[in-house]
Amino acid sequence: MAKNTDAPKSLASARKVPTILATGVFVIICGLIAFPLVAGLIGSFRPGSEIVSQGLSIDLSKPLILDNYRALFAKFFPAGMDDASIVGSNNYFMWYKNSLVLTITTVVLTLLVCYFVAYGLTMYKFKLQGFLFFMVIATMSVPFEILMLPLYQEVTTLGLINTNAGVFLPGLCAASTIFFFRQYMMSLPKELLDAARVDGCTEYGIAVKIMMPVTKPAFASMAILCAMGSWNNMLWPMMVFRDTSKFTLQIGLNTLLTPYGNNYALLISGSMFGIIPILIVYLIFNQYLVDGMTSGAVKG
Amino acid sequence: MYSRVLLIGGITVNKVKKMLYSQKVAPYVFVVPFVLSLIIFWAYPLVSGIVMSTQDVSFGSRTFVGAQQYSKLLSDPFFKTAVFNSIEYMLLTLLLLIPIPLLLAVLMESRLTKAKGFWKVIMYMPALTSVVISGLLFRLMFSEGDNGQMNVILHWLGQPSFAWLKTKFTGWCALLLLCMWRWTGVNMLYFVAGLKSIDNSVYESAEIDGANGIKKFWYITLPLIKPTTVYVITISVFAGLSMFLESFMLWNGNSSPKNIGLTIVGYLYKRGIEKNDMGYACAVGVVLMVIALIINFIQLFATGTLSFKKKED
Repeated sequence: MAKNTDAPKSLASARKVPTILATGVFVIICGLIAFPLVAGLIGSFRPGSEIVSQGLSIDLSKPLILDNYRALFAKFFPAGMDDASIVGSNNYFMWYKNSLVLTITTVVLTLLVCYFVAYGLTMYKFKLQGFLFFMVIATMSVPFEILMLPLYQEVTTLGLINTNAGVFLPGLCAASTIFFFRQYMMSLPKELLDAARVDGCTEYGIAVKIMMPVTKPAFASMAILCAMGSWNNMLWPMMVFRDTSKFTLQIGLNTLLTPYGNNYALLISGSMFGIIPILIVYLIFNQYLVDGMTSGAVKG
Repeated sequence: MYSRVLLIGGITVNKVKKMLYSQKVAPYVFVVPFVLSLIIFWAYPLVSGIVMSTQDVSFGSRTFVGAQQYSKLLSDPFFKTAVFNSIEYMLLTLLLLIPIPLLLAVLMESRLTKAKGFWKVIMYMPALTSVVISGLLFRLMFSEGDNGQMNVILHWLGQPSFAWLKTKFTGWCALLLLCMWRWTGVNMLYFVAGLKSIDNSVYESAEIDGANGIKKFWYITLPLIKPTTVYVITISVFAGLSMFLESFMLWNGNSSPKNIGLTIVGYLYKRGIEKNDMGYACAVGVVLMVIALIINFIQLFATGTLSFKKKED
C-alpha cells in the first residue's frame, strides 16, 4: 500500500517522509502502550499507601525508594522487617507458588488431553466425527460466564471446591486448543500413519511416538497461550478457592486491594513482580505465541 | 462396556485388547475425554442453568416457579442498567477495536514501517498483564487523588483535580481506554496474520491496472481479509457482552457509583454468588445467552458468512 507511483530512481527519497510518518505512528502508539507499565514500575518504588490514596503518575521529581520490594522479599531477608511484612511476604510467595503449580498442571494436562482428542478427530474417519467436531465449535460459541453458576454448583456437589482439580477440570478439553491442534494436524501427511502401521506400531503408539514429535510447534504455541490464560485467570478460581492458603496470585493481589488488605506496599511491588514469569515466557517464545493465537483467525 | 466384558472371564481379555487396538475403535478411545467433558462440564450445566432459571433455589431446596424469575427480571431496573451497559460496551468496543487495529495492521505490513518486530512485541505486552494488574494501573492513573496521571494533566492545564471514575462519561473513558490498551495490539496481530495470507500477486496485478492505495485497500484488502474480520468481530462480541472483571477491578468491587459499571455478568455474579439467589442469577445467564445468540445470528447474516461451514473446510 506504499505510494510507489514515482519513477524507480526517486523511490527511496520519495518514501522517506511517509516512512518517518508511518514509523512515527508506531513510536507514539507504543509510547502510549508502554506508559501505564512504566508508570506502574516507577510507582512500585514509591510508598504504597501514597500511591493508592493519591494516584499513580510518571513523576520523577521524588526519590525512588526500595521499601515496597523490601516488604515483598521480607520472607527471604527478615532482618529489620516487622511481623506484618513477613506474614504478607509469606502469603505472597505462597500464592505465587500456588499459581505456578496450578499453571503447570493445567498446561500439561490440557495439552495432552486436547492433543489426543484432536488426534482422534482428525486422523480417523468414524461415525460421530462430524457431530463431535460440530460440538467443539458449539462449545466455543457459548461464553463461559453463562455456565459459571451451574458449574459452580456442580463443582461444589462433586466436592471439588477449594481444589486445583475444580479449577482446571472444567476447562481441560478446551475447544480452541482442540481446534488449533486439528488445524495443525490436517496439514500433516497421513501416509506417516500407514507407514507406521506397516512397521507394526499400534494406534496409540503412533499417536505418541510418531505424531507427537511432529506436532511440537503446535504444542509450543498452545503451551504459551494456555499458560498465560491460566496464570492470569481470575473469575473462576475466585469462585472455586475459599481459603487464603489456596489462593492464586491474582486472587491474592485482589484481596490486598480491598480495604481489609491494607498492605499496599506489597500490592504495588507484587503486581509488578507478578508480570515477570509470563513476560519471560513471552519474550522467549513470542513467535510461537502469535502463530497459535492467529491460527483460528486466518484459517477459520 | 469393555470393563464388563473383562469381568466375565480372562479368556476374553485378549479379544478386548485386540479390539481396543483396532483402527475402528481407537478414534472413540481418543475422543472419550471430550465426550465426558462435553456431558459433564457443558451440557449438564447448560441444561441445569435453564432448569434452575425456572426455580426458586435457596439453601438446598428448589421449588418450581415457572417464568416468575423472568417476569421479575423485566421489572428490575438494575437488570435493565446491566443489559444496557453491556450492550453499549460491546458496541463501543466494536467501534474502537475493529477499524483502528485493522488500519494499524495495514500500516504495519506496508513497506513504510521500520522495526516491525519491535513494535509488535510492545503492542502485545498489555495482553500479558492480568485484569487485576491492568485494572489496578488504570484505577490509580484515573484516581481522584492529586497525583493520579489524569489529574496531573489537568493541573498542567490549570484545572483542579477531578473524580474521574465517579461520572459515567469519564469513568467509561477509563474503561474503554483500559480495553483498548489491552486489546488493540492483539487484534492488530490477528489482522496482520490475515494480511499475510493474502497473495501479493493480487496487489501487483491491481497496480498494473492502476489502482491506488485506497482503492487497493477497499477492493482487495477488505474483501480478502473478511474471514479474519468476522473472527475478530465474533470474539469481540462475546468478550464485550460478557465483560465483568474490567469493571470489577476499575471500581474495586461490584458496586460502582450509580451502577455505571454494572454489566450482565456482574449482575449475575452479584445475584448468584454475593446474594446466593441462584434461580434469579441463572435467569440472568439465560437472557445473556439469548442476547449472544441473537447478535451472533445478526452478525452472521449481515456478513453473509456461516462460520460453522467456514471452519469445517
